[in-house]
Amino acid sequence: MAKRVGVEVSIAIAEAVKLAKAEVIPAYPITPQTHIVEHLSEVVANGELDAEFIPVESEHAAMSACCGSSAAGARTFTSSSSQGLSLMSEVLYIPPAMRLPIVNVVANRAMSAPISIWNDHQDIMVQRDIGWIQTFAENGQEAVDLTLHAFRVAEDRRVSLPIIVNIDGFTLSHVIEPIELPDQEDVDAYIPPFKPKYKLDPRKPITMGPVGIPEVYTEAKMLQDQVIKNSKKVILKAWKEFAEQFGREYNPVETYRTEDAEIMLVTMGSISETAMTAVDKMRDAGKSVGLVRIRLWRPFPGPEFRKAAGKAKVLAVIDRTLPPGALCGPVGAELRSLFYKIPGSPKIFSFVAGLGGRDVTVARFEEIVEKATGYAKKRPKELYEVIGVREK
Amino acid sequence: MAVNDAIVGWKTITWGCHVLEPGNSAEFRTGDWRSQRPVVDKEKCIKCGMCWIFCPDMAYSQDDEGYYEADMEYCKGCGICAHECPKDAISMVAEEG
Repeated sequence: MAKRVGVEVSIAIAEAVKLAKAEVIPAYPITPQTHIVEHLSEVVANGELDAEFIPVESEHAAMSACCGSSAAGARTFTSSSSQGLSLMSEVLYIPPAMRLPIVNVVANRAMSAPISIWNDHQDIMVQRDIGWIQTFAENGQEAVDLTLHAFRVAEDRRVSLPIIVNIDGFTLSHVIEPIELPDQEDVDAYIPPFKPKYKLDPRKPITMGPVGIPEVYTEAKMLQDQVIKNSKKVILKAWKEFAEQFGREYNPVETYRTEDAEIMLVTMGSISETAMTAVDKMRDAGKSVGLVRIRLWRPFPGPEFRKAAGKAKVLAVIDRTLPPGALCGPVGAELRSLFYKIPGSPKIFSFVAGLGGRDVTVARFEEIVEKATGYAKKRPKELYEVIGVREK
Repeated sequence: MAVNDAIVGWKTITWGCHVLEPGNSAEFRTGDWRSQRPVVDKEKCIKCGMCWIFCPDMAYSQDDEGYYEADMEYCKGCGICAHECPKDAISMVAEEG
């Protein structure tokens, strides 16, 4: 029987990768992801995990090695963060187009400058369109479960796409939580051996990643878009089977006390736990407030989100990044697109909070709900507002 | 100017855009944007094969008499052969039109 133990989330994720029997791990350490790859290098060195740990010279090399090992048919894992993820960027576009099912846990962190090692979502939002399936974890248990789920979904031949599991830097990566690590037999039953449709094999040579001339490129990209959109069916089924195997249920969009809620907060990642506390407090005070949390970011679960939040009068969307010069944050923009010109759809107000490690407290959520309530009566001048920003 | 419409459908394109048959680059004619062509002076040529060795596209092959000649389907007119020829037997001539 799997036991629930107090463990640092990064270590638990590394243990999940061990349980998933990753075969090649090219990785470069970066705060706050370090403990994940550090622990993996230890379990490979001491023989607990029969894998090749490649201590590469940079994240660009890490992702390049990931492409090579995945193309050769090895179960491949890496992990990164912030500047490191950006250094990978050039290579990140390649595995989805080449159908290479790499699993990458990203410990979300702000981007320089000014230098910040602390948590927000800017690092992943600048990689929004790389074509990877992307999920966001709320707590340590979910980080472990989504990592296992990622291997299962990525390597399914109907998908065969890389997956990024986002975990908030420090607030998840460095926190010790009670986490249930599943038994090896259960993980083996959930994640079958990796059998790629095509692999690099000198006995049967093929070319991966050829030139896509203008007469071909549009069709290649169209197919890629269709493949990630169709992956949702497999993602949902794998969550359903996860619940059957491990007893924990996951959905692309989660709701908390949204029944008849007029105002719904919309969050991604670990701030959702604070948001639930804030919702409880505001409900106690008689306010009609609920919470909608997006777990599956790419492919975006449009129908599921509409079902979860479509009846709200107001959505207060929180972005953990401030894209300079944009109309609003990426989550806000996504939801505005989703509900555009749909009769009776909620009014959407976009907020930016929790940049570079700034805490998003219960009081901040209360402030956001109060402001959204006001904006529903009198439209604000801007399409977003930065919360908790000091002027002088 | 020719319009570069699709030559394959998104439903029929190969999985991951892989090329599943090896050795097919020979089918891709690449010499049509050359601005210069190499011309070999057989009076000077000593059949040493330096052009054949250095050609980055393996465009050169030997004829029945042992002279080297570049295949204009693949030669891109880079001029490396002319540069490397120890007898200055190869000159680069502008393509007409």
